[in-house]
Amino acid sequence: MADIILEMKNISISFGGVHALKGLDFELRLGEVHALLGENGTGKSTLVKVLGGIHQPDTGTIVIGGAPVVMKNVHAAQARGIGIIHQEIVLVPHLSVAQNIFLGREPTTAGLTNINRIEAEARKMVAALGLDIDVTRPVASLSIAKQQMVEIVKAISFNVKILVMDEPTSSLSDEEVEKLFETIARLRAQQVSIVYISHRMEELFRISDRVTVIRDGTYVGTRVTRETNADELVSMMVGRDLKNFHDRSFHDIGDVVLDVRNLTRDGVFDNVSFSVRKGEILGFSGLVGAGRSEVMTAIFGGTEFDSGTIVLNGREVRFRTTRAAIESGIGMVPEDRKKQGLILSDSVGYNLTLAALRHVMNGPFLSDRRKDKLVRTYFDSLRIKAASPNIEVSSLSGGNQQKVVLAKWLATEPKLLILDEPTRGVDVGAKHEIYSIMNHLAGQGLAIVMVSSDLPEVINMCDSVCVMRAGRIVARLAREELSQENIMKYATVGEEVPA
Amino acid sequence: MSSHSTATHRRPGLVMSVLKNNIGIICVLLIIGVILSFMSEFFLTKDNLISVLRQISNNIYLALAMTFVMILGGIDLSVGAIVAMCGTLTVGFIVTQKMPMATAIPLGLLLGTCFGFFNGCIVAFFRLPAFIVTLATMNIARGIAFVYSGGRSTRIVDDGFNAVGTGYWLGIPYPVIYMVILIFAFTVLLNRTRFGTYIYAVGGNREAAHLSGVPINRTIITVFTLSGLLSAFAGLVLCSRMYSGQPSIGQGYEMDAIAACVLGGVSMSGGVGRVSGTVFGTIVIGLISNGLNLMGVSSFWQLIVKGIIILIAVLIDSQKGQQSFVHRLIARLTSR
Repeated sequence: MADIILEMKNISISFGGVHALKGLDFELRLGEVHALLGENGTGKSTLVKVLGGIHQPDTGTIVIGGAPVVMKNVHAAQARGIGIIHQEIVLVPHLSVAQNIFLGREPTTAGLTNINRIEAEARKMVAALGLDIDVTRPVASLSIAKQQMVEIVKAISFNVKILVMDEPTSSLSDEEVEKLFETIARLRAQQVSIVYISHRMEELFRISDRVTVIRDGTYVGTRVTRETNADELVSMMVGRDLKNFHDRSFHDIGDVVLDVRNLTRDGVFDNVSFSVRKGEILGFSGLVGAGRSEVMTAIFGGTEFDSGTIVLNGREVRFRTTRAAIESGIGMVPEDRKKQGLILSDSVGYNLTLAALRHVMNGPFLSDRRKDKLVRTYFDSLRIKAASPNIEVSSLSGGNQQKVVLAKWLATEPKLLILDEPTRGVDVGAKHEIYSIMNHLAGQGLAIVMVSSDLPEVINMCDSVCVMRAGRIVARLAREELSQENIMKYATVGEEVPA
Repeated sequence: MSSHSTATHRRPGLVMSVLKNNIGIICVLLIIGVILSFMSEFFLTKDNLISVLRQISNNIYLALAMTFVMILGGIDLSVGAIVAMCGTLTVGFIVTQKMPMATAIPLGLLLGTCFGFFNGCIVAFFRLPAFIVTLATMNIARGIAFVYSGGRSTRIVDDGFNAVGTGYWLGIPYPVIYMVILIFAFTVLLNRTRFGTYIYAVGGNREAAHLSGVPINRTIITVFTLSGLLSAFAGLVLCSRMYSGQPSIGQGYEMDAIAACVLGGVSMSGGVGRVSGTVFGTIVIGLISNGLNLMGVSSFWQLIVKGIIILIAVLIDSQKGQQSFVHRLIARLTSR
């Protein structure tokens, strides 16, 4: 048995009553690459933050090198030899590579920083990892991959014993991934223990020694990578309860409302084709970063795309503004309710009519009477729980806020409704109400596209599901093919799984 | 050059790197210079050039500190008012309070320093936008100048004090000598000290700076304190040159300093900028005013010209690193 360098026991942490980690256990051996696997929002990043001293656990102990430790802040974690490579690159863009590596602990001579020494030291460190990076260049002029290497060099320079990498390959090309793997191999040879977080199954099999799967903030199990396979890991990742779900009533599906062909935006999504019909709920599944939201935003006129066609109700369209999309009958409930969906400091009624002002005009003026009528209609039919439409929307619960966003888009009388993570951060009761609203709308002939990371939700609510992976649709699954294992396999492994 | 340097890693010489980093503005400078030398035979005389240098020196004091503030991602609108406050009060200390110079001048400088320190503390500890904080303190400083002086200007005839702004050394005005010393000092501070690196770090990526253990609040406070000190210094020199303390001087100086920084390539969003760029920016603004003066353009029109130049500089700044505005416009029109 190899030496255990890190042990996390019974770690729990909650944010505002939501349990992010529930009694999680994790163990890391000296000089191993240990992969951490789990669905979106399952607590991986929280675990990283606990390790890095950014969050403090409510309960549980962390043992490093046999001694229990408490890490109050980032510096305490660094002092214990823990280095974190965050998902987003955290470097100062206009400082040089060398300056970034030594930021906060520059060697000085008589009060002046010794740039030559900083650069010489940095050059040595870069060379020690077999990298080819000019340390005098500003970080902003390097590719993302090289910036990531700089992050690794910087972490190592703190004398790390444990290096945590949170989705390090998410923005790298294939060649760059190879380079990263070489670096990881070198580090392992130097007895650095690595926690490697990734959704990409094939990567785990290439570089990890062991895999730990977590689900909903709890420990599911640990496997030796050589002795397991993708099927086993997928079944460990999924397996959430499918019961107690809203019963969807299925209707006959009508004509094609939206037909998307070969939609491409270089580097973001590639050759995306799908169509959705009247009365149909089409799900979009996949991991965070697969390009689902980006496709929807492009259709809605929020961002540009490079090639491909969009046909709405038989007419080719390309919206340059979201306003044009709304006028053509598309509504979109965005992913981030608070940032993109609502004006939090304004009233429920104001938010509700914001996208549909043309329906409440009386000549050139806003009509209070029409506005009130519209607000009342949706306020009642969606059963928004608020004292009155005049109170600030920020005082509502998450579920009711989401209903306001939904109402805002229904008020525009769309023919196609795009829902991006419609039940994220919403309590169970409100979830069911949202499902029944969706069911009702589909029954009335609205075409609905739902992007969701919640597998049970997708399986219960959708007529069919497109699974995206790395910017492509890898499968379109019909209702009878829908299962958590099936979707997760396509989302993590990709095409090589037989349908 | 250290022994570690190899041919591939050789740092370019100082002159070369200054030229390379500021090539755009140097071209602008040369064009303006050539045009002016054709339009007025007086332009290239020694007297005129020295007077240009003296005129820009005041803006340099403020723009140097403003460069630091802006690289930090902030802005300091209170500098012009601190100029007035410290100038008026120092003259008052000497003339009205009969204080000796050796007390009055340090006291005046200390006043500005404390004011800057106060700005910095509010910005750092309360995480407020520097724009709002210094907009408020700008009024406070200006108000203090008016209250103290009762709105009147105070004449000062004191050989010692007047020498500060009007003296010469080897035919070079003292304010120009201060300017050269300060440019050197600020270049070293920004490029060769930890403090300088931290300014870039806080302005470029605060999160990264935090995670690297950079003392963020201390850096912010020091930078604003420096800005207060230099504003007080500018106020002293200005009052000495004008033989009087006037509570209404320094109006719009903050805008001149910001304009010089932006022209010199300091980013409005922080993280980017160089002392040398700001110096060239100041010279361009100085030459334009000088040229307009030589051509007899009224100071009212000069305001309009200055405004347009700032606008162009900001537009260029915002287009850096993106598709150009013109390019996007054409793409949009042709794809209709």
